[in-house]
Amino acid sequence: MTFPQTPKAKTSILVTLLVMFGSAGNLCFSAGMKQIGAVRIGSAAGLHALIAQIFFNRWIWLGIAGMLLYFTALLVVLSWADFSYVLPSAAAMYAVIALLGHYFLGETVTVVRWLGVGLICLGVGLVGQTPPNTTRKD
Amino acid sequence: MMRTAITLIILVLSSTGGDLCVAQAMKRIGEVKDFTPKGLLRVLGRVLREGWMWIGIGQMTLAFCSLLALLSWEAVSFVIPATALSYVTGALGSKYLLGEQLTRRRWVGIGLVSVGVLLVCLGQ
Repeated sequence: MTFPQTPKAKTSILVTLLVMFGSAGNLCFSAGMKQIGAVRIGSAAGLHALIAQIFFNRWIWLGIAGMLLYFTALLVVLSWADFSYVLPSAAAMYAVIALLGHYFLGETVTVVRWLGVGLICLGVGLVGQTPPNTTRKD
Repeated sequence: MMRTAITLIILVLSSTGGDLCVAQAMKRIGEVKDFTPKGLLRVLGRVLREGWMWIGIGQMTLAFCSLLALLSWEAVSFVIPATALSYVTGALGSKYLLGEQLTRRRWVGIGLVSVGVLLVCLGQ
């Protein structure tokens, strides 16, 4: 399998995968937990019922699949890039999740929240402009 | 409100701790260069034998449970941006625990993230 060998190119590909899988996974978890309802655990039987509800919810399983793919991509990219570089670079996930939450789950996103999401993306974007690797000599 | 704040703190600390342990494990394993199924399976074998990985997975499990609870109470467009606090704790952990170099630009970025998180919380 051919794969780009330059650090920038291969990091970009892996970060794109992180954003895609992470966004999809979180959105599926949200849809699943919305179906289940607010968590209230008053007894062992209540906890049992909650675990069963989570276990048999297909959205939760789709979310787990998405997050497993996210985790795999994270492991691979962390094998050559700084932790403090990789996670900020994947911040596009915030914008994607806010958009998907708004349009697919019907969640209200206020102007202030959008501003906050924008600042978060700007901040992590700045962090992402720094050298991807500060601990290894290539 | 208090329930949400406490769960968010647990989520941020456990997810940062988990990520830092996983990063440490991958630093020890070294760069993945072989992307064939066989090569990736070989990496997986080394990953499963790495102690830091299991400590990280334990913390990530705690973070996952906290995330599910939060998502059952709050909107996803609030919960996920609020977890951006992990970027601040993660940057500090990278510097002091993993020995990565944080330039002024990275610190400015971290400051912007913090303000962004505050706005996201205030905008709820």
